[in-house]
Amino acid sequence: MPLMLEPNFHEAGKRYFRSFSPGDDFYEALIDTHQGLSDEQSERVNARLILLLANHIGDLDILREAMRLARATLQPDRT
Amino acid sequence: MLSTYRYPKFEYRPAPEQLAGQTRRHAVVIVGAGPVGLAAAIDLAQSGQPVVLLDDDDTVSVGSRGVCYAKRTLEILDRLGLGEPCVAKGVSWNVGRTFFRDEEVYNFNLCPREGHKRPGMVNLQQYYLEAFEITRARALPNLDIRFLSKVVSVAQHGDKVVLGTETPDGLYTLEADWLIVADGARSGIRRMLDLDIEGKVFKDRFLIADVVMKADYPPERWFWFDPPFHRNQSVLLHHQADNVWRIDFQLGWDADPDEAKKPENVIPRIQAMLGDEREFELEWVSVYTFQCRRMHSFRHDRVLFVGDAAHQVSPFGARGANSGIQDSDNLCWKLKLVIDGKAPATLLDSYSEERVFAADENILNSTRSTDFITPKTRTSLTFRNAVLDLARDHPFARALVNSGRLSVPSFLTGSPLNTPDSAEFAGDMLPGAPMDDAPMQEAGEDCWLLDRVGNRFMALVQVDDPARVDAATAAHYAALASAPIAVEVVLVAPIAGPAPGGLRVLVDRAGHFAGRYDSRAGTTYLLRPDQHVAARWRSFDAAAVHAALARATCNA
Repeated sequence: MPLMLEPNFHEAGKRYFRSFSPGDDFYEALIDTHQGLSDEQSERVNARLILLLANHIGDLDILREAMRLARATLQPDRT
Repeated sequence: MLSTYRYPKFEYRPAPEQLAGQTRRHAVVIVGAGPVGLAAAIDLAQSGQPVVLLDDDDTVSVGSRGVCYAKRTLEILDRLGLGEPCVAKGVSWNVGRTFFRDEEVYNFNLCPREGHKRPGMVNLQQYYLEAFEITRARALPNLDIRFLSKVVSVAQHGDKVVLGTETPDGLYTLEADWLIVADGARSGIRRMLDLDIEGKVFKDRFLIADVVMKADYPPERWFWFDPPFHRNQSVLLHHQADNVWRIDFQLGWDADPDEAKKPENVIPRIQAMLGDEREFELEWVSVYTFQCRRMHSFRHDRVLFVGDAAHQVSPFGARGANSGIQDSDNLCWKLKLVIDGKAPATLLDSYSEERVFAADENILNSTRSTDFITPKTRTSLTFRNAVLDLARDHPFARALVNSGRLSVPSFLTGSPLNTPDSAEFAGDMLPGAPMDDAPMQEAGEDCWLLDRVGNRFMALVQVDDPARVDAATAAHYAALASAPIAVEVVLVAPIAGPAPGGLRVLVDRAGHFAGRYDSRAGTTYLLRPDQHVAARWRSFDAAAVHAALARATCNA
């Protein structure tokens, strides 16, 4: 299965009447995870989060594709 | 300023009881002739209920204020006889575009499906809506509007509410069986009754500039994150009637509101945004902050709170005036049944329950929009900008872009007034759902479903051929119309044909109704007066309809 790029958020047992709701549920939970943390603490949380999710996905083809897209458009900073 | 609109001045007339030096008891008094109080007054009056409406002013809203009226609100305004003037005067739109810096990253269509009477949104200055409502209100003989009448005291005594009211002729007392409070965010009645409203204040300021200009931009909502002409902040553009454009600039918490409002500071911002020598005139300028909060309950015995007096949201999503008009839509039929002795007063608790649920949904969505638009930490800004970056190329990220989740009605699926399904149905028209519109025909004429339902309980019964309904079945249906709370049965059929006993037939030639309501021969929908689904079955059963009606009116 290729990397999923269509909207894909959902929650078991929950019925949504508006298509924006599951994504907004996720986004709020993501921002809430950082509530009260310093910038440095948030960076650590983000790194841990990526590692947890990467292991869950497992498929290295998918992970390489995600890493490639995440880096796209950014030029290495050589200064 | 304000060159495009001349404010009407409504004539103050002393109340008859004030002149006579008497105290009169009224069934319903409404305080506040804003868009919500007026909607409630019209709704009750057109259902035959005499109403007194008090307002401390003698004109309409000063400034354009609430400008976006959503599809559901327009459907309610249609039921009140106000949809046409609002749509004719306003600017209809469905498409919103979102820009990040100088690039469009996302757009949405509020009404992607055909076969609905009303568009996703109409932009109309609040003073026009209020003026249309006042014209309609004045045509209703049992609606007594009293301008320059300021309520200065309020108290509940047993089975009545006592109001001290100040007018140019001095002070007089009114008594009311029921009081509807629609006096806005800074509700004086709420304060006088010492009732709390809880929530949070957002530390940000926004500048509204209404400008008059000729521009050929399409009728769309445009939203910018961090545009080159207003770095690190957001900007929103809306087209209103009379070539008036609403521009909303985020200023940040540290901005000085008085300085920001000065024309010499507003004009350069607008010039930077328009980016050319286009001529424009400032019409109205205001700086606002906002809160998201609601009262614990919208019913306090005989006092019923609606609109901003009951709940406030951030403006992103146009969920303020729209939700207030939906409060009125939910309340008025219930109050009428209670006044008529056809339902217990506990039915009014369901008003609070259903609209508290809706208010929480509105607060949730508008808070999320606010948090996305104005990130509070470096991490949330990083995530926000990452979403906007990815949105250029990836559909999943576009779905996360939140420049305002625009007002849509709540699905009241948890309401105790609903009768749960006993059969399988596809689609979203489950008990508690706000009804979806559909193009229909009646008596050979094209019409819209939502124009043919509402104001009373109705049952839509699907048949294959109206001509084949037998007289005994028709008599069964007719009996429902003579119950203490009448239910009008209307047939829905894919083809026209004469139905027995004068039964009305809605013809669903294109099958939109059948699709949206997953309806087939026998399918029966019980509909509330506010165009919400109360119950549905796969076959008509009079006893089941009676039971569901009793449940929907707290008579079970």
